Amino acid sequence: MEQAVCVECGAEIDIPADVMQGEILVCADCGAELEVIELEPLTLDLAPLEMEDWGE
Amino acid sequence: MRVGILCSRVRIEEKLLFAAFERLNITPWRLDERAIAARVGWYAPDVDIVLERSVSTSAGLVAAQLLEAAGIHVINNYATASVCADKVRSTLALDVANVPQPVTEIALSSEAALEAVERIGYPAVLKPAVGSWGRLLARVNDRDAAEALIEHKTVLGGVGHLVFYVQEYIEKPARDIRAFVIGDETICAIYRTSSHWITNTARGGQASNCPVTPELAAICRRAALAVSGGMGGVLAVDLLEDPARGLLVCEVNHTMEFRNSIDTTGVNIPEHIARYALAAVEVAA
Repeated sequence: MEQAVCVECGAEIDIPADVMQGEILVCADCGAELEVIELEPLTLDLAPLEMEDWGE
Repeated sequence: MRVGILCSRVRIEEKLLFAAFERLNITPWRLDERAIAARVGWYAPDVDIVLERSVSTSAGLVAAQLLEAAGIHVINNYATASVCADKVRSTLALDVANVPQPVTEIALSSEAALEAVERIGYPAVLKPAVGSWGRLLARVNDRDAAEALIEHKTVLGGVGHLVFYVQEYIEKPARDIRAFVIGDETICAIYRTSSHWITNTARGGQASNCPVTPELAAICRRAALAVSGGMGGVLAVDLLEDPARGLLVCEVNHTMEFRNSIDTTGVNIPEHIARYALAAVEVAA
């Protein structure tokens, strides 16, 4: 399984095989939500914080 | 057939939708609303249909307008989404169609809001006109709480919080119902059970299967048609079980989440959505 590094705490994160650009991954160590910015090369960044108009 | 899925945040639901289209031999194009910079009159994405799945209500509404202006079929269309996104508009639409719903008053000042709460009686529920995931819902148990809450909304809230949406509290059986409507057919439903009066699964409510009775299917169909100008759509109807009046429609959602409802109901919700979208393009063509 491919791994990446949490940009918040530096922990290693398992990347699912069917990962998609825009997908949100959660760091098991620090709980940060990370967005997959690019697939090639795999790039993570902190996901946008929840906004007031989000969700259904 | 060119299918777009409008989203920025790819949640479990979006992954399931991409996979559902793939199983139907369609590879959808991911349209990230953050990448849109549309020159008016020239914006023309190369797609036949877009499934609007933005986590942001306001971004989704703007994108739907841009796409429809480019002649693209959007599900749900802007007219439907804009009604569902605004509780004032959806409540009025349901009322016009005589769909049973909780007693609701809408007030435009703090003084009028307090009078509305007093008329509704305690406990009452105050909701933001635009909002989701159970955020900022408040149950008001007495006049002291009403005065405090209304003052806080007036002083601390944005302009959107100066529209006071006041609703009677329904003594429901520790659960509500979320029913999934595709087109005008209720394909499945779940109970959302919680010891808290807010039962959203985003707030910890537990999902279990809710049988789709003829009564449930009928009221959901009426609600879906009411908010969509008779078109139907991909909608989730939230209902409360009133001990005396039976089912009451609480709200209708236009970009619903369904991750907790597929295994619970045994119904492949994303496949139903994908098939509905493809059929809609064929009808339009």
